[in-house]
Amino acid sequence: MAEEKKFVGFICTGCGIGERLDAGQLETTAKRDGKMQDVKQHEMLCNAEGVKMIQDEIGGGATHIMIAACSRRAKVEAFNFTEVAMTRANLREGVIWVRPDTDENRETTQEMADDYIRMACAEARFMTKPTPSGEQELNKHILVVGGGVTGMTAALEASAAGYPVTIVEKSGALGGNAANWYKSIPSRAPYAEPQDTGIEGMIELVNNNDRITVHLNSTLASTDGAPGRFKATIAEESGATTEAEFGAIVQATGYKPYDPSELTQYHYKDSPDVVTNWEFEALAKAGGPIKRPSDGKEVKAVAFVQNVGQTSKDSGKLPYHSGAGDLIAIKQAMYCKALNGADCDATILFNNLRTPGAAGEDFYRSAQEKMITFSKGDVSEVVPGGELEVKFKDLILNEDTAMKADLVVLDVGMMPNSGPDPYAQLAFEEAEEGSEEKETLRQALEVAPPSILNLKYRQGTDLPHLRHGFNDSHFICFPYETRRTGIYAAGPVRRPMDMRQAQDDAAGAAMKAIQAAENAGKGMAAHPRAGDLSYPSFRKEGCTQCKRCTVECPFGAINEDEQGYPVYNEARCRRCGTCMGACPVRVISFENYSIDTVGQQLKNVDMPDEFSEKPRILVLACENDAYPALDQAGMSGIEINPWARVIPVRCLGSVSLSWITDSLNSGYDGIVLMGCQKGDDYQCHFVRGSAMAHERMSKVGDTLQSLNLEPERVEVYEVAITDVERAPKLINDMAETVEKIGMSPFKF
Amino acid sequence: MSDLNTAMAAKYRANFLKEVEAVVEEGETVKMCMQCGVCAGSCPLGKHWAHPPQEIFMMIRAGKRDEVLKSDSMWMCTSCYNCIVRCPRGVQITHVMHGLAYYAKRLGVVPEGQPTQQVSQLFWDNLMKGGRVNELKLGLSIYFKDGFGDGIKNAMANQKLGMNMMKAGRMSPMEFLSGHTIKDNAGFQKIIKKAQEIEDAKFDGAAK
Repeated sequence: MAEEKKFVGFICTGCGIGERLDAGQLETTAKRDGKMQDVKQHEMLCNAEGVKMIQDEIGGGATHIMIAACSRRAKVEAFNFTEVAMTRANLREGVIWVRPDTDENRETTQEMADDYIRMACAEARFMTKPTPSGEQELNKHILVVGGGVTGMTAALEASAAGYPVTIVEKSGALGGNAANWYKSIPSRAPYAEPQDTGIEGMIELVNNNDRITVHLNSTLASTDGAPGRFKATIAEESGATTEAEFGAIVQATGYKPYDPSELTQYHYKDSPDVVTNWEFEALAKAGGPIKRPSDGKEVKAVAFVQNVGQTSKDSGKLPYHSGAGDLIAIKQAMYCKALNGADCDATILFNNLRTPGAAGEDFYRSAQEKMITFSKGDVSEVVPGGELEVKFKDLILNEDTAMKADLVVLDVGMMPNSGPDPYAQLAFEEAEEGSEEKETLRQALEVAPPSILNLKYRQGTDLPHLRHGFNDSHFICFPYETRRTGIYAAGPVRRPMDMRQAQDDAAGAAMKAIQAAENAGKGMAAHPRAGDLSYPSFRKEGCTQCKRCTVECPFGAINEDEQGYPVYNEARCRRCGTCMGACPVRVISFENYSIDTVGQQLKNVDMPDEFSEKPRILVLACENDAYPALDQAGMSGIEINPWARVIPVRCLGSVSLSWITDSLNSGYDGIVLMGCQKGDDYQCHFVRGSAMAHERMSKVGDTLQSLNLEPERVEVYEVAITDVERAPKLINDMAETVEKIGMSPFKF
Repeated sequence: MSDLNTAMAAKYRANFLKEVEAVVEEGETVKMCMQCGVCAGSCPLGKHWAHPPQEIFMMIRAGKRDEVLKSDSMWMCTSCYNCIVRCPRGVQITHVMHGLAYYAKRLGVVPEGQPTQQVSQLFWDNLMKGGRVNELKLGLSIYFKDGFGDGIKNAMANQKLGMNMMKAGRMSPMEFLSGHTIKDNAGFQKIIKKAQEIEDAKFDGAAK
């Protein structure tokens, strides 16, 4: 860079730092070892005066600043200097709060602080100020796929926020499944009666909204690009196509009801008077008293059989529960009382009655008031006939019994209208030709649904499935945020839910889509590192076209060009650095996070010789969970071993094996890696990062062997943000291990 | 089987829950039971009940009229009110249990020799004579309810208590001979008679 660099360090002596540490020595270290051109001290750096002091230095030409004070997670509003490259040395939570204030510990505490100053200075020297790539575009247009309740709500919410929306709906009308309903579960107090669905009003609002364009009988023939510059081809049934560009996408493709035909004990196929709960809506919507399909007789006794083909591990059944089924049964039992008279018997045969949501319990009570009968029973068979017989085991009275009914309603679950799982496609491509695995994958792909988004992505055509075909990246932690940045799943395609929840979902996804479009316009990451301007780039001359980055990116952000070089899509990137950790030739880097910014930190730690009895333990801690847990340990006064040097990493997935090799070569006695929980119930903010890291680190054994070092010197752990006591213990355990097996002989 | 029982069974043939709603004290709260079983778990005598309260409620809903009314269970209730206090659905369990017991008694379907029922009857009969309870006679009638031999055994077992009560002037042996009544026993008898007429009319009406 042609610009002149000026490095300035700031040392805070507040919060007890000045009393516990020799600030003069810290200043010397920053100048002599850290090569800061100037170092200033302040007794409370985060107050207005301290912040002004820093600003004045920046005004005076400082381009790189090092702040030695509290954790980088503290005082982020005060120390928010976007115009320079900044690093933070954690002297408070990381040093004085985790070490006892005694004379015999003074020396090691000071050494710890000096090292953190050296590390932060080294980091600063090897980073540049992040700036947008210039690739960014602002496109406020939101594409909504699906015109049901969720899609329409998302469109209305986005348009109300001032964003133009295009709805692509496969069928010939808006409204989706709910358009066929008689009424919906109440969403307002006193939650006593079914309420109008409001679908007609919603359709009218959409049709009369100037900002919303609707394409009926249409699908997406292709979708390419990234947030801020999605290019979609909308194909109409007639064959006409429309090309349009969008800032972000909401996929609200909804659900289809489970088909109970295969469950022969219910005789769904044999009797027209056995209907699903979704079909029952149409009987009620027909108007007047509910008549049964076989002979048009007004029904006087209706049995609702709950949980049909759900929550079961049997093949052909749904392994999950759809949640809303019991509320739907309550609602429909009320139809019977309202339309066919109070003397129409409505019996709900349930095992576990689930009435989720604020309304649930009140609605259930209201049904009991209306003399709707709830029987805890396990239905074994529905016997068809003029009068149907429902055989069940009464689970309270523990006896086999039966009841008569004119009509039987089966509570069947919701199945997501997802596209094919892109990772199934990738696994098929990668499976060995002729292998059994390939055959299994091929068969699975044959029955896979057609693509919905037709993404032109390296990693497949549609949103990755999370579980049971639902599209999300984490049901609890990151709702709507799929593993494709800028494309948000909402409604029952994300998880089974009722109409009210779908509307909440739609609003949430619309807001996320707006955030993605806006941030893409500024070249910023959308989430979870919202606002991050850094983005990965690679040195083409060093790249070996190994494709590991394009395959391992958890978000499918990287495409490949014809020659197999990676093509980064900045706006799709979540800035986790998993590509950086994957790259065997270390050509991928961010401006402020690279092989060097971490590599130089660990190299700049003062390494006492083998006979000093002062080992060094390197801790690479995920900044999302492990690092805050260690900060919290400091706040709770839990001790951390004085030999530990902690470096936060964006994700354990960004850890390069070269850091491990380098630190072993430069004499570290132990290495502790802390990532998030991986696997099915993962807590990794970047979905696959922690899992990738664990896989990669399994190969560290070879390095250790070649250096003739003990395997216990490197440990990889899954740490949660709540592991406030466990995280320090893992470090302290490593110190004990080192004491047992002895110091590393690689000190230079 | 009484005429009333036949009439009521005929009237509510298929729906015992509606029958309970109509004639049993606080019966309209039964439908709110959600089978959580807190009542059964709270009952200090729970293990002596053939059917705990929530099961009784389920049986009512399942139309098991005879099984419920001829059950011994509701007679086990000691009115401690633990269940009512804890019921999350406001079912007036204690009252419903007494209501069911009373209704069964009224219909004449109480199991033969049910001791709670027998003691209640002895208490009532004793009370009705003079408008107040004659403790000596009530005690003796309870001791001897299962026959002379048992009576002697019971009396001997409580001999010391009885003697002490007499010494303290708490019980007079003279009560055995006459026993005094309330001041206006005739008036009291009229009140009771009227109340019984009202109660009978209620059941007659319910059976129609």
